[in-house]
Amino acid sequence: MTLDQMRPGSRGRIKRLSVRDKLGQRLMDMGIYPGLELKVVRNAPLEDPMEVELGGYFVSLRHDEARFVEVESA
Amino acid sequence: MKQDKILVALAGQPNCGKSTVFNALTGASQHVANYPGVTVDKMSGRYHHNDRWVDVVDLPGTYSLTSYSPEERVSRDFILHEKPSVVVNVMDAANLKRCLYLTFQLLEMEIPVILNLNMMDVVQKRGIRIDINRLSSNLGIPVVPTIMKNGEGKKDLLDAIEAVSSGAEAQKPVRIDYGEMEPFLRDIISCLAVAPYLANRYPIRWLAIKLMEGDSKAESLVRENLPEPEPFLQIVERSRADFESSHQESPEAHIAHRRYQTANDIAQTSLVLPPGSPRPFSDRIDGLVCHRLLGPAILVGVIWLLYYLAIVQGYNLTNYTWPLLAKLRSLVEGIAPSPGFVEIPLLREFALWIVDSVNALLNYIPIFFILFGLIAVLEDSGYMPRMAFIMDRLFNRFGLHGQSTLPMVLGGIYVGGCAVPGVMSCKGIPDERSRLATILIIPLLNCLAKVPLYVLLINIYFAAHKAWAMFFISTISLLLVLPVSKILTLTVLKDKETAPFVMEMPPYHLPTLRGVLGRAVERVWLFMRKISTIVVAVAVAVFVLLQFPGISRERMASYHAEKDKAVETFFKKIKNTPFATQLPKDDLMPLINFSEAYKDAKMAAGDGAAAERLNAEFRERDPLYFAIVQPGDDKEALKVNRELRKLIKERKGLLREMRMERIDTSFLGTLGKWLEPVTRYAGFNWRVNVALLSALAAKESSVATLGALYQPEEEGQALEERMAQGEEGFTPLHALALMLFMVLYPPCMATAIAVKLQAGSYGWMLFSIIYPMCLGIVVATAIFSLGSALGLSGLEAMFAFYGLALLFTLFMGFFPFHTKIQQQGATPTNGGIDHV
Repeated sequence: MTLDQMRPGSRGRIKRLSVRDKLGQRLMDMGIYPGLELKVVRNAPLEDPMEVELGGYFVSLRHDEARFVEVESA
Repeated sequence: MKQDKILVALAGQPNCGKSTVFNALTGASQHVANYPGVTVDKMSGRYHHNDRWVDVVDLPGTYSLTSYSPEERVSRDFILHEKPSVVVNVMDAANLKRCLYLTFQLLEMEIPVILNLNMMDVVQKRGIRIDINRLSSNLGIPVVPTIMKNGEGKKDLLDAIEAVSSGAEAQKPVRIDYGEMEPFLRDIISCLAVAPYLANRYPIRWLAIKLMEGDSKAESLVRENLPEPEPFLQIVERSRADFESSHQESPEAHIAHRRYQTANDIAQTSLVLPPGSPRPFSDRIDGLVCHRLLGPAILVGVIWLLYYLAIVQGYNLTNYTWPLLAKLRSLVEGIAPSPGFVEIPLLREFALWIVDSVNALLNYIPIFFILFGLIAVLEDSGYMPRMAFIMDRLFNRFGLHGQSTLPMVLGGIYVGGCAVPGVMSCKGIPDERSRLATILIIPLLNCLAKVPLYVLLINIYFAAHKAWAMFFISTISLLLVLPVSKILTLTVLKDKETAPFVMEMPPYHLPTLRGVLGRAVERVWLFMRKISTIVVAVAVAVFVLLQFPGISRERMASYHAEKDKAVETFFKKIKNTPFATQLPKDDLMPLINFSEAYKDAKMAAGDGAAAERLNAEFRERDPLYFAIVQPGDDKEALKVNRELRKLIKERKGLLREMRMERIDTSFLGTLGKWLEPVTRYAGFNWRVNVALLSALAAKESSVATLGALYQPEEEGQALEERMAQGEEGFTPLHALALMLFMVLYPPCMATAIAVKLQAGSYGWMLFSIIYPMCLGIVVATAIFSLGSALGLSGLEAMFAFYGLALLFTLFMGFFPFHTKIQQQGATPTNGGIDHV
């Protein structure tokens, strides 16, 4: 499963990032890296972007970006 | 005597309170400039401590130090090339684990670092316990806790900076063990060590790590400094590939992973977090602010409040500040050479013109001040990312960004914004392409200064459908701006750098009054400083264009003859009064000036005691003149008074006629006529052309120039009537074309400068001036020519255009971008970033 498919309220563990370079590095720098548990907090009022929580830290990203984050449900 | 200077750089992640620390250290001695070649602000300041001057540079807030964003590049280059004596790494102590990720990257650059745990009050309130000593010994660098917003711990920080920069204690910072990557790093380091120049100038282990990360700027560094870089870079490339195939993990992921792991280890030994939600308060607010229905409603409310406070109340404030500016004007009026009956000295005209131009800008200071203050509130409170979160999907479709919301609101998404703060607030948009698109479309929104022309035209030509016309003009700009932005994004901007949206949603903070006021003052001041010279320069240019070549000698002689006739008539009429002999035959100007001054003063003073005082004052100044301007019951004085008023009116008429003739024959007038063959198809005659040209300096001028061009036949006739009379062939269709041209009018000078500052080049400034002009003339021509050909009325053309614009906006919204925003990693099987 990829992050963009997860519903608000659901939790998961990041398995793998399937993108490198600018977006891959940015995801890692913002704290989205393999091994970490995350929770989808909400989608924006227009569905996109989405907000996720990673250990007390909140990040929003577009679904288009979240589809490169592979997740296994926790 | 210690005199050598210390250079300190502040580094830290966004939202960590770095600007509070910077303000606390440097106070009022701040200076803003740009880093060379980019539009990133370089904030610098200085302070004095223990007999030494310390220069402080506030690096942009970054999460990391890669070469993927301009902010990260300038921070990194500054540290590499300016070699500050100390880097103070400011961090939000409550977010220690994440912030250490940046600290490690600073340490790898082998510069002395001091860790400044700011916002300790938040830490204490939340019950987080931090073992400062253990943290310091774990990291091997000094750690200074502070609460900078009330100055707590400032002295400790100053002392620490002094101690570290004097080299009193050598640092033994922690070194991240990159595990399986260490042999690869060792190989690269030994290859690099043979080039002494490179090894002396740059931290070599850092360079090796960056090369393993695949950092393109690190590769350029090698290319510039190694005599034969290619074989070496091939080794690096092979090392990366080898590492990846043997460890099933990309090198950059491994590096990030080890950094986070080390941060975790250190945090675990020195930090105790309380159980429960880390930010219950912010969470609860976000439940409302980002709610599906409430969120947009709150956003609309915030926008409304912004308008109300800045535009409505700000405008009310100008009622109090305008008299000050008027005083400035009358001061200049007093100093400037006094006017003759028909000869106004050029110097006087010039001085008043400049004062008026400057005053027109200064008049906006209250509005700017409130706007900049409110922007600071939005920034400090943490609401900005929420705004972006709510609006991103809509704007993203048109090549804009969630963070374009605030700039567009300020620019006037409905009627009555100001493009200047709009363009200035584009700074925060991380995506270069979206930022430029936003900067370029903001001048097309409805700023305050466009409104007078709309109101004038609607009152004349759409009087029966005012509400519809007002609704049309208020909303059409958005329908023009969105597709234009998409087109710009797909064409001129298509090769611009883009950035991922991924954005932190920081906890909410209560903004401090000092922070907000400080920023508002600083931004207004910065802007005024940058703009004042330009405004004066443009005012001079327009003055020349409007004044020269001026009225010919023969025409001037004929005006003199008319003057003589008028004066003669005046004396003939009053010859039976005693005043005839008392007034000087050759110079009535003192009397005329006295009368005008009395009229103005009377208007300002009103009735009652103030009027009494005024009368006494003017009687004192000149009893004879006073008897004429305030004749009371004296029959003879009344007669002179009547004749004087006639004379004054005649003079005004002559002056107006001369002004009109001067504009008519001026360079600008000639240009207006010269353009008429082109603008005819848009329905603009030369007078409209002149009005539009004069609006280049400031849009308010358009109505003023029209006022001068359509002179009243009788006193007190409104411009609406004059224009309707003067332009009998003018139809609502003409007016519609003119209004749409005004919507698409090029930015005023102030905005053009803001565009130059924010887009970083004169090229973009020119583009921002030229493209709306072309677009405007095309739209106006299409409306007028097609409307005329189809026999549409103004209202029909308006509805037709609105419908088309709506359809076009929808079409452009669904029009796909040529390139997908991101691309999948090199090879999905092993190119990805796996967790081991």
